[in-house]
Amino acid sequence: MKTFTYKITDEQGIHARPAGMLIKEAKKYQSKIIVSADEKEAEATKLIGIMSMGIKCGTEITVTIEGEDEELAVTNMQSFFKQYL
Amino acid sequence: MEKHSGKKVNNGIAIGKILFYSKSKDKIETKKVENPEQELARYEVAKEKAIMQLGALYEKACKEVGQENAQIFDVHSMLLEDEDYNDSIHQMIMEEKFNAEYAVAQTGENFSRIFSEMEDDYFNARSADIKDVSQRIITVLKGYEDEEIIGKEAVIVVADDLAPSETVQMDKSKLLAFVTKYGSTNSHTAILARTMGIPALVSTPINEDCNGLMGIVDGYEGIFIINPDQETLEAYKEKQEQDSQEKELLEGLKGKEDITLSGQKINLYANIGNVDDLKSVLENDAKGIGLFRSEFLYLEKDTFPTEEEQFNIYKQVAEKMKDKKVIIRTLDIGADKQVDYLNLGHEDNPAMGYRAIRICLTQTDIFKTQLRAIFRASIYGNLSIMYPMITSVSEVRKIKEIVEEIKEELTAEQLPFVDVEQGIMIETPAAVMISDLLAQEVDFFSVGTNDLTQYTLAIDRQNAKLDCFYDAHHEAILRMLKLIVDNAHKAGIWAGICGELGADTSLTRTFLEMGFDELSVSPAKILPIRKIIRETK
Repeated sequence: MKTFTYKITDEQGIHARPAGMLIKEAKKYQSKIIVSADEKEAEATKLIGIMSMGIKCGTEITVTIEGEDEELAVTNMQSFFKQYL
Repeated sequence: MEKHSGKKVNNGIAIGKILFYSKSKDKIETKKVENPEQELARYEVAKEKAIMQLGALYEKACKEVGQENAQIFDVHSMLLEDEDYNDSIHQMIMEEKFNAEYAVAQTGENFSRIFSEMEDDYFNARSADIKDVSQRIITVLKGYEDEEIIGKEAVIVVADDLAPSETVQMDKSKLLAFVTKYGSTNSHTAILARTMGIPALVSTPINEDCNGLMGIVDGYEGIFIINPDQETLEAYKEKQEQDSQEKELLEGLKGKEDITLSGQKINLYANIGNVDDLKSVLENDAKGIGLFRSEFLYLEKDTFPTEEEQFNIYKQVAEKMKDKKVIIRTLDIGADKQVDYLNLGHEDNPAMGYRAIRICLTQTDIFKTQLRAIFRASIYGNLSIMYPMITSVSEVRKIKEIVEEIKEELTAEQLPFVDVEQGIMIETPAAVMISDLLAQEVDFFSVGTNDLTQYTLAIDRQNAKLDCFYDAHHEAILRMLKLIVDNAHKAGIWAGICGELGADTSLTRTFLEMGFDELSVSPAKILPIRKIIRETK
C-alpha cells in the first residue's frame, strides 16, 4: 500500500474537468486508488463520488493506492496532481 | 360546447375525438416490468447511444470552442459511465423491476440532489449536468420505444407545438386534423397539413383539458369546437358532406392534361415528404414529383441514413413513378428542421445559418453518400437532382466537381447510373439577382418561395407575430419571379415553382402569364389547380 498527501492548488478545486481527467488517469491502473479528505473518501475511478466530495482549493487530500502496479501508480498519480490540480 | 379561433393553415372539415399530445419529456411513466433483463438491455443500448451523441458533440465543440471547453461533454459521457450511477439504475431495474425511464429519472434526481445540497455554487451547478445526461438517456429511451403517438382510432391531434420530427412519426391514416397553440402559418407542421390535405389551425388558445372529448376543426373559418352540441354537430356533418361532393367534382379532372384553353402547357407536379406520400401523388394524378424533400429520411432516424437505405427509398420512388419525372432535393436540414445526431448546435439566426447546401459542402461525406444513392437509383426511373440554398456560382461549380467525383467512383466500382438533370432552388435574393449566371450552369430552376419571401421581406417564418406583415403576394416577390423565369428561358432552361406560393390558386393565371414551365404543389392541390389551368384562356 502506498500513500501520499497533496494540497490542492487549483483555484476551483477538483471541479468537473480535472475530475474527469483524474478518473481517466486512475482507470489506467489495476490498483485501487482512494482519495480521502475531511473524513470523506471516494474511489478515484468514480466521477460522481470524487466530485461530490466537493474538494476545494487548499484542501489537503490523502491518496491511498493498493494493488499490483501501486509503484507505478503512485509516481504517476503524484505527477498528475502536481500538473493539473 | 367551447369555441376557439385559430389561424387557418389548411381548409377542410374534421370531426372526431381529440388527442392532446404533450411532449414525451414532460411525463415519465412509472411501471413495473416483467422482464428486467430485457429492460436493462434497453437501458444499456440507450446509454451507448447517448454516449455516442455526446462524443459527436465533443468533436464538434472541439472544432468550435477548443478542447478545453469541449471537455464538459467528455465529462458528461463519463457521468453516464459512472459506477455508482449505473449501480443505482441496475438495482432499480433488476431488483425493484422498475422501467428504465423511471430508473434513470429517479437516479438522476437522487444524484443531482447530492450536488444541489452541497455548500458551494460551483458544485451546486453540477446537479444540472446530472439531470441533463439523465434526460438525454430518457430521450433516447423514449425514441427507442417508438411508441405510436396515435392509437387505433382516428383523431384530431391537439398540441402546444409540434416539431417536424414529431409530426413525421404520426400514423397519417389516423390523423384527422392538427390544432396547435403555438406555431405559425408557415411552419413545417402547416406544410405537412397541406401536403396531407387535412384541416389545420395554429395559434389556437387551447389546453389539455380537451383530451378525449369530441371536436370539430373548421379549416375554412379557422374555428376549433370542443364538445359540440347536437345542432352544431349536424350542421358540420352536412358541411363535410358538401366538401366531399366538391372533391368528387375534381375527381373528373383526373387523367386530363394540364393545358390552358389557348394551348399553353404547364407541368403540374407534386411535392412530397416521404414514400407514404406517393399514394396521394398517384391518387391526385400528378404528372411528376417536383420536390422530393429528402430530409425526412434524416429526420425520421436517430443516425445518418446509410447509402443503401437511401438508395432503396429513391429506387422505390423512381420505380413507382415510372417514366414520370422525380426531382430529389438534397439534404435541406437546419433552421427549423433539426436532427439531434447532426449536432448542429444552437444558432442565434438559424435561417441564415449552417443549413442545407452549406452543410453538404462542408461535411462532404454526408453529401456524397446521398449523391451516390441518387445516382445509383437513377437507372430505375426518371430522376433529377435539385440543390437548395444556393447563393453563388462557385457553390454550383463545387457541387458539380463533387458530382464528377461520385460519377468516377461509381464507374470505377462498375455501378450503373445514368446522367440526370441537375437544377437548383432559387430561394435567396442573391440567386435571383445572378439567375442569368446561374442559368448557364444548371438544367433547371425551381423557386422556393417560402425562403425567398422570408429573406426578401426580412420576415421570420417561425414568428407568428409577423404573420400580419407577411405578404406572400408582395410586388417584390412577383418581380423576382418574372426575372427568374426570363433569365431561365434566355439560357434555354426551364423554370418552376415548388414553394407554397406555387399552390396559391389566386396566382395560377399570373404564373402562366409569366411563362413558368412547372408548378409543384402538395398532392391535394393538384386537381384544384388543374381546374384553373384548364379554365384559363
